[in-house]
Amino acid sequence: MEKFTKLTGVAAPMPIRNIDTDMIIPKQFLKTIKREGLGKNLFDEMRYLDDGSENPEFVLNQDAYRNATIIVAGDNFGCGSSREHAPWALNDFGIKVIISTSFADIFYNNCFKNGMLPIRVDEDTLNKLMDDAERGANATLTVDLVSQTITGPDGGEVKFEIDEFRKHCLLEGLDDIGLTQQKSDKIDDFEAKRKADQPWMYR
Amino acid sequence: MPKTLFDKIWDAHLVDVQDDGTCLIYIDRHMVHEVTSPQAFEGLRTAGRSVHRPQATLAVADHNVPTTDRSKGIANPESRIQVETLESNVEEFGVPYFKTDDIRQGVVHIVGPEQGFTLPGATIVCGDSHTATHGAFGSLAFGIGTSEVEHVLATQTLLQKPAKNMLVKVTGTLPDHCSAKDVVLAIIGKIGTAGGTGYVIEYAGEAIEALSMEGRMTVCNMTIEGGARAGLIAPDQKTFDYIQGRPMAPKGAAWEQAVEYWKTLHTDDGASFDEVVELDVTNLAPQITWGTSPENVLSIEDNVPNPADEPNAEKKASIERAIGYMDFEAGQAIEGVAINTVFIGSCTNGRIEDFREAAAIAKGRKVADGVRALAVPGSGLVKEQAEEEGLDKIFVEAGFEWREPGCSMCLAMNDDRLSPGDRCASTSNRNFEGRQGKGGRTHLVSPAMAVAAAIKGCLTDVRKLG
Ligand code: SF4
Repeated sequence: MEKFTKLTGVAAPMPIRNIDTDMIIPKQFLKTIKREGLGKNLFDEMRYLDDGSENPEFVLNQDAYRNATIIVAGDNFGCGSSREHAPWALNDFGIKVIISTSFADIFYNNCFKNGMLPIRVDEDTLNKLMDDAERGANATLTVDLVSQTITGPDGGEVKFEIDEFRKHCLLEGLDDIGLTQQKSDKIDDFEAKRKADQPWMYR
Repeated sequence: MPKTLFDKIWDAHLVDVQDDGTCLIYIDRHMVHEVTSPQAFEGLRTAGRSVHRPQATLAVADHNVPTTDRSKGIANPESRIQVETLESNVEEFGVPYFKTDDIRQGVVHIVGPEQGFTLPGATIVCGDSHTATHGAFGSLAFGIGTSEVEHVLATQTLLQKPAKNMLVKVTGTLPDHCSAKDVVLAIIGKIGTAGGTGYVIEYAGEAIEALSMEGRMTVCNMTIEGGARAGLIAPDQKTFDYIQGRPMAPKGAAWEQAVEYWKTLHTDDGASFDEVVELDVTNLAPQITWGTSPENVLSIEDNVPNPADEPNAEKKASIERAIGYMDFEAGQAIEGVAINTVFIGSCTNGRIEDFREAAAIAKGRKVADGVRALAVPGSGLVKEQAEEEGLDKIFVEAGFEWREPGCSMCLAMNDDRLSPGDRCASTSNRNFEGRQGKGGRTHLVSPAMAVAAAIKGCLTDVRKLG
């Protein structure tokens, strides 16, 4: 997995509540058997008009935000389906950080598996960062995972919380499966005990 | 110390606990479908890993399968490739699989319980958020992403932090023409779509105990719509009766031993919850969603909200957006709004009891002119059972299309979808923008309410049909 340490980039404002995974990547793009290539269809229904041309109203189609690497979004980002295609699409587009007051659990988990950082902040902080993100060409934020800080365009700094283990895995770019397989003795012991105690679970 | 049901199941599955509290939990059952698994198998292949315990896994294709005659295969090339990819992956990795022409094929969350694959006290995962359905059996069941699917395939475990405990206590007796769907819609309306985030919800109380297993599955299914990854209902005699004799259920002495254990699976007296929500359903009216989030719930006799009444700016904007998408006037009545499509099916309401409930209303009546009505059984076995009971004839005579099993218009990945501007009364679980087809408008309702809408040609109160 790719490491994440520090990122400076343009933050796009999306002040919408409940941005669901169907909005992030509609189902017609879930038919792929690959992880790559979903970026062009990120937010497809909001991003393109019926004739396939870009919707100029949509934030990521505006010049200042085309190269955004951060999204500042309304509450409950990533709700709905478990599709990992949502973080894959964001990642493929170039978005590495999403900041919101809350995230749906599965989406939140999925981000970390892809070297992406979802950041939970309180409402006041979100409002401030949303203002920063609305400054167009000047909407640059710096996210530092080591110090757990977000620095705004004016130099103002806010702290954020993150689970220690997740932070460690992101900083080191660790592969979960590899880590777990180091514990295969424990898994074997567990299975042996369970086979004895709950034989009906084994078909 | 007294424990909750969640705590008991969690503790029984701990393989390892790290110093920072991250747990490695064992997964007893893993369901796999074609949409969220190809990249996981590809990951295994690339890393040269195998499936740790193929027999703990069960695969079935459901999202992409056509619900018309499927003997000719799948016409859409991408859908076909996805199903074929699943078929070659299960073959390569030795995972049990029900083919698309097998009578046992259907929506994963209908197939698992039907086969006795879903058992109380088990941890069950699937790359699908509605895995919560299986919690109706007192199993800890939740949706995971594709990277986690790969992790489970490779190790039969998952890295997790324990969830917080929420109790949703449902009291009273459900009135006529209200069902499990109305109960769960009312709960989501009350807690909101993010209300359950970080929690596992245990549903209890006499109204939950009174539900059939099918009804309990409907309630647990929509738990994710309230933000919680898993819903739980303590197993009881109804649960055991439902499971006994199913193909993959324990038999003989193992059955006796299992039931003895399952009887210990309940929250102890005095166990504490982080959050308790109560709902009395005695005076519940049929529920319906008006907007584009499952929390946008109303009673059928109520009006669409007026954004002007909402003080919070972000919430106000979301109400305005939803009203615009749904093409409503602020404050208008929901009853009487014309619909042109009705969908009965999905892992929320695609079980035999749902079709019985729907057929009871459809019997001897006709679908209104200009309304397209689909009845899509959740599995081949549900279809067979319904046909044995003659339900298919009732639907066909009323003007419904009686289809082959699959996810169908729940998310419109196959050819069953809404066109822009269509309005649908649907028994599925999500009313997001474009969920049932780009520009389509969805109203989530119970099977009885969906049939009532089909007959009247508009959103209507099923109680008035008599
Ligand atoms: S029926 Fe709908 S919600 Fe259920 S698994 Fe299929 S697509 Fe998902």
